[in-house]
Amino acid sequence: MSIFSTKKSWINLTIWVLIIALIIAAPSVLPVFRLNLLGRYLSLAIVALGVDLIWGFTGMLSLGQGIFFALGGYCAAMFLQLNSAGEFPNGIPEFFGLYGVEKLPFFWEPFKSSIFTLISIWLLPAIIAGLLGYLVFRNRIKGVYFSILTQAALLVFFNFFNGQQKLINGTNGLKTDVTQLFGQMVGSEIMQRWFFWITAILVIFAWFFARWIVRDRFGNILIGIRDDEARVRFTGYNPVIFKTIIFSIAGGLAGVSGALYTVQSGIVSPQFMTVPFSIEMVIWVAVGGRGTLLGAILGAVLINYAKSLVSEALPASWMFIQGGLFILVVTALPEGVLGWIRTGGPKKLLFLIGINKKLETYPSLEVNEQGEVKS
Amino acid sequence: MQLFLESLFNGVAIGSVLLVAALGLAIVFGLMGVINLAHGELMMLGAYSTYITQLIFKQVSFLKPFYDSYVIVAIGIAFLVSGTVGILLERTVIRRLYGSPLETLLATWGVSLILQQFVRSVPLAYASGLVIALFFGLFSPLFISDDLLHGAKGKLIRASTWGFSALLGVATGGILSSLVSKLSRASARNVDVTAPSWMRGGIDFVGITFPKTRLLIILITLISVLIVIFFLDKTAWGIRIRAVTQNRPMSDCLGISTETVDIITFGIGSGLAGVAGVAVSLLGSVGPNVGGNYIVGCFMVVVLGGVGNLLGTILASFSIGIMTDLIGAGRLLTIWPEMPSPLYSTIDFFATTSMARVMIFALIVIFLQFRPTGMFPQKGRMVES
Repeated sequence: MSIFSTKKSWINLTIWVLIIALIIAAPSVLPVFRLNLLGRYLSLAIVALGVDLIWGFTGMLSLGQGIFFALGGYCAAMFLQLNSAGEFPNGIPEFFGLYGVEKLPFFWEPFKSSIFTLISIWLLPAIIAGLLGYLVFRNRIKGVYFSILTQAALLVFFNFFNGQQKLINGTNGLKTDVTQLFGQMVGSEIMQRWFFWITAILVIFAWFFARWIVRDRFGNILIGIRDDEARVRFTGYNPVIFKTIIFSIAGGLAGVSGALYTVQSGIVSPQFMTVPFSIEMVIWVAVGGRGTLLGAILGAVLINYAKSLVSEALPASWMFIQGGLFILVVTALPEGVLGWIRTGGPKKLLFLIGINKKLETYPSLEVNEQGEVKS
Repeated sequence: MQLFLESLFNGVAIGSVLLVAALGLAIVFGLMGVINLAHGELMMLGAYSTYITQLIFKQVSFLKPFYDSYVIVAIGIAFLVSGTVGILLERTVIRRLYGSPLETLLATWGVSLILQQFVRSVPLAYASGLVIALFFGLFSPLFISDDLLHGAKGKLIRASTWGFSALLGVATGGILSSLVSKLSRASARNVDVTAPSWMRGGIDFVGITFPKTRLLIILITLISVLIVIFFLDKTAWGIRIRAVTQNRPMSDCLGISTETVDIITFGIGSGLAGVAGVAVSLLGSVGPNVGGNYIVGCFMVVVLGGVGNLLGTILASFSIGIMTDLIGAGRLLTIWPEMPSPLYSTIDFFATTSMARVMIFALIVIFLQFRPTGMFPQKGRMVES
């Protein structure tokens, strides 16, 4: 069977062509400022995919994804700072001079290598997530306890990074927009355009990767853990391994996302590890539709776009809107917008306002290829 | 000896703020399995109530002679304010989410955002008017006989109580804003509560000065804990609360109204947050974000102490308080100056308040490796617990 034989495949192909065309065309259509914003929001979509994997599919609500996000950002920023440090005294980044540090702290050394940086951006957060996750999951700490512990971990990392001026410039963070890469300023228009394209491609890659994870038996076990962890354990699987792996994957995705966000926003600082930012990531997924990968991406991009639009017009009202969104989405739309559409929400809405009279009260029976009713 | 006493006092002082803040959180968590992320904001409301009470006592002529005792009045007001808001939160949001704790977590976060922005953008006079309207609207049906409420004109009576409360709220808001000009404008700035004269300074004892505000906070904590223990152990509703904490479906079968128990518990838990807010307002300036500084400490207390046991909460808060002081103020270094140098530099590295938090978190995670459900876990044979 050729892949283009059905109508659905044609629709899919058209959608992909459209998306690719939009990505290529975006830099020439949008003004620089908007393009930069869109690029940042697309990079946030990657961390949202990670949140969706651990919360939407595995049922673990992590309020500490900001740790891994910021770690990825710091890895990228350290490399960029070292890369353009040649002109400064002692050959180390400028800010060290403010605190009288003359020797590069030992953990900066490996970041002189670009290959090490490219690997550490995702591997370092993944390892830390795996370690933290293993210690927590091993003791069957889950549910609300897990959420609180991740939040506490987030605050701990925040305090650590915020306080260490002499190691990583503390609360000021590391700037990247005035650093050099391939002989160009990272903040320049050309570089930003390239970063936009890289981000867009990586979002698509991350989406395929996440889909590959949740499609197979591995994904089934994740959903099993979400719905009834005790039963998964009794069936002979060890949930700890699966939870650790998926938490570590989500950490890695967060790291990539943080690095991309950092190079496009021009700075990485402990502000990436504040509590509200990490909880916001959850609300992107919740609004978009948890358990739907597309929902996570759309939620991250659209909510952030709405945030910037609302904040420009009425700065004070965004907190009210955001708070209302949190309450609304868990009470009225627990499946998120995409989940609501998939479960036939619009039809019900049309029926409620009296436009569409026909409503299926029974769910239609699922039929397989042979025309037999699935049980 | 002197060093030991001073260290112990500091630890207990830090611990008692934690305890009074975490007490309400722990009770609610034990009963409903709900972590209330808006707990910090309920504390913030308590702190603002103290500020408003203080201003009223300063401005209104017939209350001026009693200015020195405003703190004690503020405790009661803060309890009522936070309790009212908490009950409203329970009835409107948390009730719908029963059985899904993670969703509750997110919804209460939304509430906390709204409360923070509310304090920033609504004049405090009208905010207190709103709270008063809510208070009378929620509680006045309790004083009307059931026959009237459920009779033919029940709906009319309910509507008229709300209407009356709304009028009362608007009136209070108007009077307050004309009496106290500071309350009539919205402001995002931090405000300061000034302690009355009898609370300033300290008491000297064996060569150490104990600040009076700290002593008062310890006293407030002690009284709150004693009242809570008495309430849970001796009163009928307390016994019902404990029954529901242990086994909700069974209590329901035996005729305990779990709905009422939920309301009462949430009200008391939130009220205690208000009392904690009074304590917090005495320690530093009060702003919309004041709750956030304490909330994670409260979470650590709940995780460390275990669910449904007050003793665990008490021990956990004092041990976290004492550890914070020992590590954060670098006391170990003064006690044992000639310790080996690698250990010395490690401890010196952690000898700030924020780094002490890092250390304590690490210690708690290590502790949880041995006792995953806290110091005093609830015994049960459920797979899930």
